[in-house]
Amino acid sequence: MKTLLMVGTRKGAWLFHGDGARRTWRLDGPHFLGHIFNHVVLDPRDGRTLLAAAKTGHLGPTIFRSTDRGRTWKEAARPPAFAKAAAGEQGRSVDHTFWLTPGHASQPGVWFAGTSPQGLFRSEDGGSRWSPFSSINDDPQYRAWMGTVQDGTPDGPKLHSIIVDPRDPAHLYFAMSGGGVHESLDGGASFAPLVQGLEVVEGFDRANVTFHDPHCVRLCPSRPDRLYQQNHCGIYRLDRPSNEWLRIGKHMPRRVGDVGFPLVVHPRDADTAWVLPMDGGTVWPRTSPQGKPAVYRTKDAGKTWQRQDVGLPEKHAWWTVKRQAMCGDSRDPVGLYFGTTSGELWMSGDEGRRWRCIARHLPEIYAVEAAELA
Amino acid sequence: MKVLIPSPLHSYTGRSQVEAGGPTLAALLADLERQYPGIRFRMVDEQDRIRRHMRVFVNGDQVFELARPLRPSDEVIIVQALTGG
Repeated sequence: MKTLLMVGTRKGAWLFHGDGARRTWRLDGPHFLGHIFNHVVLDPRDGRTLLAAAKTGHLGPTIFRSTDRGRTWKEAARPPAFAKAAAGEQGRSVDHTFWLTPGHASQPGVWFAGTSPQGLFRSEDGGSRWSPFSSINDDPQYRAWMGTVQDGTPDGPKLHSIIVDPRDPAHLYFAMSGGGVHESLDGGASFAPLVQGLEVVEGFDRANVTFHDPHCVRLCPSRPDRLYQQNHCGIYRLDRPSNEWLRIGKHMPRRVGDVGFPLVVHPRDADTAWVLPMDGGTVWPRTSPQGKPAVYRTKDAGKTWQRQDVGLPEKHAWWTVKRQAMCGDSRDPVGLYFGTTSGELWMSGDEGRRWRCIARHLPEIYAVEAAELA
Repeated sequence: MKVLIPSPLHSYTGRSQVEAGGPTLAALLADLERQYPGIRFRMVDEQDRIRRHMRVFVNGDQVFELARPLRPSDEVIIVQALTGG
C-alpha cells in the first residue's frame, strides 16, 4: 500500500507519491502552475478520480477533473454556479470553490462542493456538472445567517466541512465560516442549525446563528456519532444524539489557547484527535503561538492534551496551517501531514511523535489530503 | 470578427487570435463558448457580469455591457486587468 498526498497551493497543485514505508516521496507537479487551488481530493470509491477546485487571480472559478490520478485533466462542463437572479435582483456569483467532499460509498459519482460566497452544490456525474442546493443557497433564512461577503473572512466567507454520514447517505453536515454548523436528515432537502453549546465572540448573542464561526468539523469514522470541531472560539466535541457541543479546548494550555484552523481525527480511535493551534490574540496574527509551532493531541476525547513538537522548529517559525491543510492517512501507525502558509510540507509517520519536513519552497499551501493507493 | 485572447485563456483557444461572430457581445461570447467550451465562465459570471479583473475593448473602447451591439468589422480585444501578485 502506498500513500498519495494531494497538495493545493496559491500557485498550483502538486502530488506527492510515497513509497510503502512513507520514507521517500516522488514529487509530481506543478499541475496548472499559477492557478489557486483550495482543495484537491481523490475519490475513495474508485481510487483514481481526482477533483481539483481552481481559479486564478483573474479568471473565474472552475473544477478540473482527472480520471487517471493526475496524468491528464479535463475541465468540468458546468462548474458550481449560483442560480441566475430574477430581473432587478442582485444575484450572487461564485468566487471560488473552497471545499470538495466525495459522496456516500453507495452513491458513486456523487460529490459535494462548498463555495465562497457561501453556497452548497452537488454533482451526480463525478464532478463534471454541478447543481445548487436551493435549500441553502436561495433560502431567505440561510441567506440571512450567511450575512454578506463583508461579514466573512478576508478573502470571502467559506462553506466547508461537508460531511456524509458513512451509515446513511441522507445524513449530511456542513459548516460556514460565517453562519454555524448545520445538519440534514433528508439528503439536503432541508437543513437545521447545530450550534448549541458553541461560544461566539464576546458581546455577541450565541443564539444568533450568524455569529458562529466554525473553522473545521470532522466526523470520527470509527464512531460516526462523534464529531470534533475547531472553531474560532475554541475546540469542541459533540456526541450524538446530543445537540450540545462540549468545549474540550478549555483543557489546552492557557498560553497556547484553543484557537486554530485544522483538526484531524484518528481513523480507528474516536478518542484521539489532533489540532494545530495558532495565535488568536490581539489582532489575530494567525501564526504559531510565540513562533513555536506544535501539534496537540488528545487520546481521551479532549480531557487532556499532549504537545507534539519533536522535529518541528523550536522558535522563530511564524507560519500556521489552514483548515484543510492538515490530514491523516489510514495506516497503522497513522501518518499525519500538514502544509504551512510558508510553503513547507511536514509529516509524521508515528502519529505525531516525531515530525520531518518533506518539501520546502512551495507556494502558500491551502490544502493537503492523503489517500491510500492499492 | 477578429478577437484577441489574453494568455490566461490560451489553454482554451490554443492561440492569441481567433475568429468569432455575433450581433452583440453576448452573442460573440456565446460563439466563443461554442468553439471553446468553458471559456465564457472564466470571463463572465453566472449573473452575466464581466468578471472583476477581465476587460473587453471594442475598437479601442472599453465595453461593460453584454448587450453592446457589434458589427462584423469590429475588433474585439479581451484582456486581464493588471492586478495580482
